[in-house]
Amino acid sequence: MVGLATVFGAGGGTSSYREIEEADVIVLWGSNARETHPIFFHHVLKGIRRGARLYTVDPRRTGTARWADVWLGIEVGSDIALSNALAREIIHAGLHDRAFIERATSGFAAYAASVEPFTLEEGERLTGVPAAAIREMAHTYAKAPNSQICWTLGITEHHNAVDNVLALINLALLTGHVGRWGSGLNPLRGQNNVQGGGDMGAIPNKLPGFQDLETMPEARARFNQAWSCEIPPKYGKNLTQMFEAMEHRELTALYVIGENPARSEADAHRARALLEGLEFLVVQDILMTETASLANVILPASASWAESEGTVTNSERRVQRVRKALEPPGDARDDLWVITQLARRLGRDWGEVTPESAWEELRSLSPMHRGMSYERLEALGGIQWPCPDESHPGSPFLHGRLWEEEESKRGPRAPFSVVAHDPPVDVVDAEFPLRLTTGRRLDSYNTGVQTGLYTSPLRRPETIDMSAADARRLGVQEGELVRVISRRGSVVAPVHLDDSLRPGLVFMTLHFPDQVETNILTIDATDPKSGTAEFKAAAVRIERLAPVLA
Amino acid sequence: MDLRIAPAEPTPLERAAIDAVVGAQEPRSAHVALGGHAARERHDLLLPALHAAQAARGWISREALAYICDRLTVPPADAYGVASFYAMFSLQERAATVAHVCDDIACRANGSEALIADLERRPRDPAWEWHRSPCLGQCERGPAVLLQRSGTGAMDEAIAPADAGAVAARAANPAAAADGPAVPQAGSPELRLLRRIGRIDPASVDDHLANEGGAALRKARDLGPAVVIAEIKASRLAGRGGAAFPMGVKWESVAAASVRPHYVVCNADESESGTFKDRVLMEGDPFALVEAIALAAFAVGADRAFLYVRGEYPLAAERMAHAIRESRARGLIGELEITLRRGAGAYICGEETALFNSIEGKRGEPRNKPPFPVTHGLFGKPTAINNVETLLAGLEVVRLGGAAYAGVGTQGSTGTKLFCVSGTVRRPGVYEVPFGPTLRQILELAGGMREGRSLRAVLLGGAAGSFLTPDEIDVPLTYEGVRAIGASLGSGVVLAFDDSVDLDAVVKRIARFFREESCGQCVPCRVGTQRQVESLDRLALTAAADSRRREIALLDDLAGVMRDASICGLGHTASGAVRSAIAKLGVLGGGS
Repeated sequence: MVGLATVFGAGGGTSSYREIEEADVIVLWGSNARETHPIFFHHVLKGIRRGARLYTVDPRRTGTARWADVWLGIEVGSDIALSNALAREIIHAGLHDRAFIERATSGFAAYAASVEPFTLEEGERLTGVPAAAIREMAHTYAKAPNSQICWTLGITEHHNAVDNVLALINLALLTGHVGRWGSGLNPLRGQNNVQGGGDMGAIPNKLPGFQDLETMPEARARFNQAWSCEIPPKYGKNLTQMFEAMEHRELTALYVIGENPARSEADAHRARALLEGLEFLVVQDILMTETASLANVILPASASWAESEGTVTNSERRVQRVRKALEPPGDARDDLWVITQLARRLGRDWGEVTPESAWEELRSLSPMHRGMSYERLEALGGIQWPCPDESHPGSPFLHGRLWEEEESKRGPRAPFSVVAHDPPVDVVDAEFPLRLTTGRRLDSYNTGVQTGLYTSPLRRPETIDMSAADARRLGVQEGELVRVISRRGSVVAPVHLDDSLRPGLVFMTLHFPDQVETNILTIDATDPKSGTAEFKAAAVRIERLAPVLA
Repeated sequence: MDLRIAPAEPTPLERAAIDAVVGAQEPRSAHVALGGHAARERHDLLLPALHAAQAARGWISREALAYICDRLTVPPADAYGVASFYAMFSLQERAATVAHVCDDIACRANGSEALIADLERRPRDPAWEWHRSPCLGQCERGPAVLLQRSGTGAMDEAIAPADAGAVAARAANPAAAADGPAVPQAGSPELRLLRRIGRIDPASVDDHLANEGGAALRKARDLGPAVVIAEIKASRLAGRGGAAFPMGVKWESVAAASVRPHYVVCNADESESGTFKDRVLMEGDPFALVEAIALAAFAVGADRAFLYVRGEYPLAAERMAHAIRESRARGLIGELEITLRRGAGAYICGEETALFNSIEGKRGEPRNKPPFPVTHGLFGKPTAINNVETLLAGLEVVRLGGAAYAGVGTQGSTGTKLFCVSGTVRRPGVYEVPFGPTLRQILELAGGMREGRSLRAVLLGGAAGSFLTPDEIDVPLTYEGVRAIGASLGSGVVLAFDDSVDLDAVVKRIARFFREESCGQCVPCRVGTQRQVESLDRLALTAAADSRRREIALLDDLAGVMRDASICGLGHTASGAVRSAIAKLGVLGGGS
């Protein structure tokens, strides 16, 4: 989000699903979409069936990687090194789009100089991926008429998450693979409506419609007027900053809606202690989560699927209507009702707020949603933003302005970013010789709050996954309980042999915190720009449990 | 390939067998892997890889299946779907040797039930087991048994005629060389397609060359593809597989198709009950078929051809493989690559589009037509697919010239035709005659009924054909002649039943055959063939006129639905024989 917003002025995937299906090259970078975005992966499969070449960049040879024409099994946290090596090869082979760079971007010279040290050999040394494979990917990505880069948490759950995203954006700017039908940059979203949450302003630095709190005073003035209040012209805190503020006792009351930070935060010991130390904690959720169990007040909410009316926005920026089919059970109430009532108790009576009246207000304040009446959303089966007026069909892809002939229509140039290779904070050494990375499985979601409620034929409990070679070296067997120790703590988990892992790389999920609290191991080294923690790279060692004495 | 269905490794024997098909595995790199389109393009190796795994261990273990999936980038569900489609593959552990005992209609007329009764009385031997099987294509010498073996160097083997003692003995000790086929008319100067069978050594390329081998292909190369196709059109040669489509038109369409590459496919998956002529041709004159395939490839502009031999024909497959190798080595077929694929026990794979899917490593389910194979055939490319007899007839056309070929037979049915005569005749076998003789004459050629017996019925065209009564046997066996009485020649099956045969059981066996061989893809056939079996069972038990009328109306209804709404010929023809037997022969109490 932050990376895309920095370069292009709007945070959002640039392409529609149809474009994935029609691409010539699809790069899934730090994404096991086959398991974690199975619906999106159907679009990828359609693309593959039409002949698209698939590249998967992932330390693990995942189910996704098994569909790929080429799997590039990089070292954890060497994404920027790979990106820079690809860029250097593209430039040296003369495959960059000079006209596009000239007309629509800035900072190329500095960028080109910054990637110069990343020869193919240097790329191989830093990433582990053979130089020939880097070269082949560089040429294919650059030469294809339409190339897509998609990424997920493998890019963003690092201490330098934003730099990682910027490194991928650089590749698209270098080759002109953005702002056109079929080419683009797409972060894949974890939940149905993550995009919609950001669009509606549920991020600390933006008002609805990505209108900046600090740099767009005229937008803020419109909101001030509409809401008859004065919005403070400064950015709020992201999640990580909130925890820091809790640590400094600057933040003592917290209102949590639909999140489970007691379980989902890196370094779970610390997160729990900070939440317990709050003076006042309100949790609004559909389930009794770990965080809710710490709360002073729990507001039971309706599920946003089937029990709520309104809209959601998916990864291709398509706003769609959702409809209520059931009344929420018991005392659970719609989120909108809860918030309206809360406002009333706090002294602001908004009157009767319906999903449509809230949406109409949004349309009046967010230019990119202006053309989306409920009627049109229904008639067109959803509309992709931006949609500035009621005659506008919506936008399948973003940033077409960069290709405009007339300079005045082209808007601000998209800047290249100089990004440095910066390996994970938690270093692998003699004491902690194994790299632990985390992720998800097909049938579970995050801390299991939503998915733990139903059974799955595939589900198996938490394990510490490792290669057969590591298991042999450690003298451990499939199913054997071992202690996994990081610099922050230790957990006990059974061993599972997994041939998608190379020696030295081990893997756990976060799905079963009641059984194994993986985030005790992970590091909370956080990207200062996005607030995302480095879940993807911890250093651990594994010890056999001492034999039980009779 | 995403789901890991087996944590364990295949046995070394399984791995070696699979590697022999898909190539040895390269050492796994920690940082790069290639696959994707390149791996999936080898999807057609799935069927031979499954054969290899099956033969290595006697069944396809989860470990072997997982290894195949890994090597070919096939999702396990996909591979399981393919493996479970075929009768000759087992996904459960079973004895190392399996005897498939034919209990189909031709063998039934020749003592298969007695053989089965003998087998049931024998004590169980853990080294081998037996199962009932549909027609094995050994109808002239039934009752037939196919021994499916496993382990290093194991060869499958047909035993016909079989008795329980021979089955047990050979299950324990493989016999040496199998006998070649014999044709009753051997030596007759009028034979064309059969003229060399039994007279030449089918393993000897020199024998082939000394007996006009290669002459037709050489002549074709002199004439050029356009003239060859013109000659085929002039011959009015019709496809011998059952649909009687003009071969010249087919070849012309493929040759003219702008999409490349073109393929030639030889359909040697004859599985129609009572059909065995292509087996005799392949076992007796394999080099001629290689030459005929090369001729087709030359005419339609194909660089690659596939020969799909039914899985129950181990000897034919072995001889064809040898003949292909030798022909290549001796430069007889130029650079043409002929790939032999073995079926694995599925009647439906004789349907041309199901056969394409089978070669491509998919379930052998027919495709919707159009588009037709001449534009969208194997791997979606223009494909000339013909059966063995038709391709060999094409060789004759070139040898004799189109007009001369058409000078034999009738106006509507040119050339000679092979008939698979079996059942209760004195001298069963493959007979070749110029089109024209009546069914009565063909039966007389085969020696007529046995002593003291009289003809009760003839099944013309196999299970997919229809029954004729003794009153109808003066029909000329030409395409137009049988069409006039509402029948079809099909693949040339003439299955005669004398008055000793239990026709009720025969008809019920036919209905069961279709139920079991329906691929299940389309509802009318999947459900209709099952309902037909149930209806026949009720009909056999009921004498009440009203109930019988209702049952007959239901059978008519099912026949109509299957004929109108099934995707392929299996459903279209699944009720023909049954209905004709009830209506014309009074089987199961009769009725119309």
